[in-house]
Amino acid sequence: MANDRTVIDIQGLRFAYGAIPVLEDVDLTVGQGEFLGLVGPNAGGKSTLLKLILGLLEPQAGRIRVLGRPPRQARRRVGYVPQYPVFPRDFPISVEEVVLMGRFGLGWRLGGWRAADRAATARVLQEVDAADLRMRRIGTLSGGQLQRVLLARALVGAPELLILDEPTANIDQRMEGEIFDLLAELNRRLTIVVVSHDIAFISGYVSRVACLNRTLVCHATENIDGQTISDLYGEDVRQISHAHAHRHDPDATAAIAGGKDG
Amino acid sequence: MRIGMTLMRQRRSPVAKMGEFLAAVASQGFLQQALLAGLLASLGCGLIGPFVIIKRIAFLAGGIAHSVLGGMGAAVYFGFDPLLGALLAAVLAALLIGWVRLTWHTGEDTAIGALWAIGMAIGILFISRTPGYTTDLMSFLFGNILLVPARELGFMAVLDLLLLGTVGLFYRQFVAVAFDEEFARLRGVPVALFYLLLLVLVAITVVLMIQVVGLILVIALLTLPAAVAGQWTRSLAAMMLVATLLGAALTSAGLALSYAPDLPAGPVIILLAGAIYLISAVAAGIRARQLARRAALHAGVNR
Repeated sequence: MANDRTVIDIQGLRFAYGAIPVLEDVDLTVGQGEFLGLVGPNAGGKSTLLKLILGLLEPQAGRIRVLGRPPRQARRRVGYVPQYPVFPRDFPISVEEVVLMGRFGLGWRLGGWRAADRAATARVLQEVDAADLRMRRIGTLSGGQLQRVLLARALVGAPELLILDEPTANIDQRMEGEIFDLLAELNRRLTIVVVSHDIAFISGYVSRVACLNRTLVCHATENIDGQTISDLYGEDVRQISHAHAHRHDPDATAAIAGGKDG
Repeated sequence: MRIGMTLMRQRRSPVAKMGEFLAAVASQGFLQQALLAGLLASLGCGLIGPFVIIKRIAFLAGGIAHSVLGGMGAAVYFGFDPLLGALLAAVLAALLIGWVRLTWHTGEDTAIGALWAIGMAIGILFISRTPGYTTDLMSFLFGNILLVPARELGFMAVLDLLLLGTVGLFYRQFVAVAFDEEFARLRGVPVALFYLLLLVLVAITVVLMIQVVGLILVIALLTLPAAVAGQWTRSLAAMMLVATLLGAALTSAGLALSYAPDLPAGPVIILLAGAIYLISAVAAGIRARQLARRAALHAGVNR
């Protein structure tokens, strides 16, 4: 890595839900300015790893440092976009009010939101190209629009690290490309970790891929060949046909080996 | 209270009946107090009802409401104000249920069911041991808006101020915790604290409404005005305002309708609320279907 400032540092991480091991011996370092794609099969532990990085779960063993601190102390400097919106669709709340919630954690005070909070909200909505949605009720948005709003909510607190869990799981391919174009733009000033099950698609955008199936099967700019992928998924996966019809290079191997800042 | 009312049990137009009711309100202090009690309770419909609907904690609120009988029974047995007993029991029940959920993340509904029944059992035992108080049992269960003493009106006003102050100061935090607990936690909002505080406010609201409709019917007054408001408003603030106004209209109208035929006011208020809810739900359903059809037509034209 060109940059030696470490944003995420994970050593010897182990986590289990009760008796079911989810993560074992995970070592991962993410430097400032990286755009890391975290891929792997379902139930491979991707979301769990994110929750550990965010301090929502506690590891059974190992050490996690985010921005040089334990996760709980760092989480206000981290922006998070969840996989499934957990809120009820009929919640009577506007897009602006949802995005404003990303302004918590910037100091304790009573009463309503300030003009500065609303200005920041308008700015990030502009940035994610959703300014026209500001007064819309959250339940009336399409999947792609909702994803942009959740991204705005994560950005409005001015994070140094952005974490996204399958940001494009519920939206169509054209939208998927738009969201990732936006992330590539944001990567100029932010470190980004994005979880995806779609290795071929994200490899056109990310600077590095880490493959997770209980443990890190591969990472860095290591070559991903058929053997690695079958190690990862436990079966033969048709690599090329998996790719989307998309203007980005569908060949995962070449894109990963190339590495954006390699 | 029944003196004179039997004379009015004759067929007259609704307008004449309403005129009689208004004349009676002007001349009768107890009716003025009853109206005021209804208005004080309706603030609870508006401020806390929407959170009960949005957080889907109606069952939890029902559990708090019923467990309150334990506190009321103990209070009359030991010679305290039953409302004070109700308040203590409600807050205790709210904190217990909240603690179960926050500690075990599950098993909440079992705890609620247990508190619901245990609270009532304790209350019935205390009341059965208190001579002369069995008549009070009916007004605890179903309310008696015509018998709210002036002292209790002051108590209700204090509870209203408490609700208004807390929701006013921490509105943003309550909305954040109701909307997305996980995200609120990530932004450093003390989620457990505000969740427990919200349950305590629900407990206070339950006590506020017990005077008007009794602890069995509280759940309807807590949820129905807010549910109707939610069908026709687009923001939480508007939902709160509409639910408050609807609560005030329902308690006043229920009181007026029950006056001439000398019916208990609590059940009339609840039936009225139920009727409005049904009509509103049907109307909202029809509107949603129309909007969907129009959107489909629109999409068809654009294609």
